[in-house]
Amino acid sequence: MAGYIFRRILQAVPVLLGTTFLIYFMVFAMPGDPLLALFGDKTPNPALLERLRAEYHLDQPFIVQYFLYLGGILRGDFGTSFSGEPVSAILARTFPVTIRLAIMALFIEFVGGVLIGLVSGLRKGKLFDASALVVSLIFISLPIFVIAFVGQFIFGIQLGWARTTVSSGAPIQDLILPAFVLASITFAQIVRLTRSSVIETQSLDFVRTAYGKGLTRRRIIPVHILRNSLIPVVTYAATDFGVLLVGATVTEGIFNVPGVGRTLYQAIIRGEGPTVVSFVTVMVLIYLVVNLVVDLLYGLLDPRIRYVK
Amino acid sequence: MKIRRYGIGALALVAASALALSGCASSGSDTSATGSSSAVITANGSEPQNPLIPTNTNETGGGRIIDSIFAGLEYYDATGAPQLDVAESIDTDDSQTFTIKIKPDLTFTNGDPVDANSFVDAWQYGALLSNEQLNSYFFEDIQGFSYDEDSPLTGLSVVDDTTFTVTLNEPRADFPLRLGYSAFYPLPKSAFDDMDAFGQNPIGNGPYKLASDSAWQHNEKIDLVVNEDYDGGRKAANGGVTFVFYASQDAAYADLLGGNLDVLDAVPDSAFGTYESDLGDRAVNQPSAVFQSFTIPERLAHFSGEEGALRRAALSEAINRDEITDVIFQGTRTPASDFTSPVIDGWSDSLAGADVLKYDADDAKAKWAAADAISPWEGTFQIAYNADGGHQGWVDAVANSIKNTLGIDASGAPYPTFAEQRTAITDRTIQTAFRTGWQADYPGLFNFLGPLYATNASSNDGDYSNPEFDALLNQGSADADPETANKAFQDAQEILLKDLPAIPLWYSNVTGGYSESVSDVDFGWNSVPLYYAVTKS
Repeated sequence: MAGYIFRRILQAVPVLLGTTFLIYFMVFAMPGDPLLALFGDKTPNPALLERLRAEYHLDQPFIVQYFLYLGGILRGDFGTSFSGEPVSAILARTFPVTIRLAIMALFIEFVGGVLIGLVSGLRKGKLFDASALVVSLIFISLPIFVIAFVGQFIFGIQLGWARTTVSSGAPIQDLILPAFVLASITFAQIVRLTRSSVIETQSLDFVRTAYGKGLTRRRIIPVHILRNSLIPVVTYAATDFGVLLVGATVTEGIFNVPGVGRTLYQAIIRGEGPTVVSFVTVMVLIYLVVNLVVDLLYGLLDPRIRYVK
Repeated sequence: MKIRRYGIGALALVAASALALSGCASSGSDTSATGSSSAVITANGSEPQNPLIPTNTNETGGGRIIDSIFAGLEYYDATGAPQLDVAESIDTDDSQTFTIKIKPDLTFTNGDPVDANSFVDAWQYGALLSNEQLNSYFFEDIQGFSYDEDSPLTGLSVVDDTTFTVTLNEPRADFPLRLGYSAFYPLPKSAFDDMDAFGQNPIGNGPYKLASDSAWQHNEKIDLVVNEDYDGGRKAANGGVTFVFYASQDAAYADLLGGNLDVLDAVPDSAFGTYESDLGDRAVNQPSAVFQSFTIPERLAHFSGEEGALRRAALSEAINRDEITDVIFQGTRTPASDFTSPVIDGWSDSLAGADVLKYDADDAKAKWAAADAISPWEGTFQIAYNADGGHQGWVDAVANSIKNTLGIDASGAPYPTFAEQRTAITDRTIQTAFRTGWQADYPGLFNFLGPLYATNASSNDGDYSNPEFDALLNQGSADADPETANKAFQDAQEILLKDLPAIPLWYSNVTGGYSESVSDVDFGWNSVPLYYAVTKS
């Protein structure tokens, strides 16, 4: 087990190097000069532009810029944004907000989705199942910005139950509405996934055996059916957690959440290479960790899955 | 490892969530206060793009903060007229040498005195090439300025603690008018010790100051409180301003409707149709100092000489500005009748030749046919724009108007980003007409004309050149009488209306609104609300 984990961490190093290189290259290849955009519709004086280019190393060839950046990271220096804030400070500020939002959304979608999916699966074809199908299809087919705007309008403006946008510091009560919006689509997917998985598991031999042994439904449903049905659901939810952690640009924009997605979007628009690459590097790290955790979770859910050296 | 409990995955996740949630601090600070003069107003803003240094702030996100925490020699009132702020008098005999006296005994919020040196040192800093200040071009008329090397402004000299003189390279009658712009604000002595730290936590002398060392919460908000020592014409009628930074105007608008925002200065496009009914008499819609056009560079085939003049006029007459501002912009743009803006002193809607800005399909066709007789037209007429700025709607409408009137192919040519479009324009590789806009830095006609159409001017992206126009511009600049100076600028515009280096389209209106809890909301000439005058109950 420990050897397996160690091997996975070693594998992460080339993946990280490769992705930062690719991302840096893509940011570099983005057409247009970000410094020109700083001046709006006004044309700057060439000598000033020259000096600014030198300051941000934009006058150097791509490979030199990349190694200057890598060297900086090794010294703990992620670069600075155009507004003079160290990128490390931006990372430290935005990730906790997004992590909080992601955990809340994951909690909502996982608990709600599994419960409803389980009941649907057990009562296949009944009224509850049919209604759950309709509701989840509606959520799956709606684009997230529609759900977000409608939620903001109804709960924020009309009813006044939630703040329309997230206030400074992103307190938990402000994040509830965006978390529900973020959770809505994945929630529907989890319902569908759990339902079909439960139906499949129900017809397996060990469940019939359990019933035959005279075990109660109270024991069979959670221990035999649910636990064995969760493998695909956990995989799905965990990947989704990764997606949530790297920021939900649309939702964060609509609710003005000062998190990763909104900040990254702004950095891309402004062409701030160091900010973009640093964010993506951390995102890649998160994906690697989440994937490792998912693989380890399999072993917990299904003892037949073992990792050997 | 063996685990008997069921639903272990779910349990682990729940436990992790609970831990993480309880470990997260919630710091929703509550700044509600009662009493009209102590209540803090909230207003929309955006994360400043640059450090908060007056000579390095050229966009509105940082600009509205800088204007709130600094006081310059002058400020502009709601009509755009300059009023003395820190200055006691600004005198000149020849419009070339100015003697500026400032009020005695003023201080910055850290106790540093506001004296002649605060201005002279700040301007020297802002102008020096190696300091890389984005607004350095504001000092170009002062003696000693150089774009190409570090060169001190020899035209500035300190007479005594409260007096200094400015000598320009040539007479500029509108120089005093420019002095309300943020590039000319003073800096305290302590700023020069560590300008990077100052840019994160600026110290000014204006109606407001930063609430604390950590008032600027990047990407979230900035808290300003009243500077009790400020005693100019912009004394705050409220207890402070909190600028909340929004990534999208839609979010800001939702907050205004939801009661979380007091003053909004930009209604999103999506609400143009509804904001007046949503807000009633709390909706604001008035012209601002933003002029929009598209520029046709003279180097494009078919657009020079007599043929070019005919085609430019034909294109201009083929655009139904009234209909487009009405349908696409729902009345939030005002059709242009000159090259400046209605909020500027000297604006006119009756310049000779302004008929070319009126929709006239028959005349447009006739002119286009006359141009075809000189050299037949072929291909598509394209207008380039940046696709990340919400311009597609009107560009397509203008192209359609041209297409339907003249019977030629016309279309928009999108560039993915603003940076990409500016690059193509600046290095002159662009081979189509392109969208241009101008927001004035100070409320004067010259600012709309000189930088854009004077020969070799910095933002003359179409490389327009006309000696007659240049001569009138210089004549107006040197004229100390505003009346006759504006007359010269109007005459200069009549030349532009003949040559049409850019096709004027419309003036942007400022669209905004405010909540029920505030009153006395006025918008300044530059579309930014006069925050200091807002009262909150």
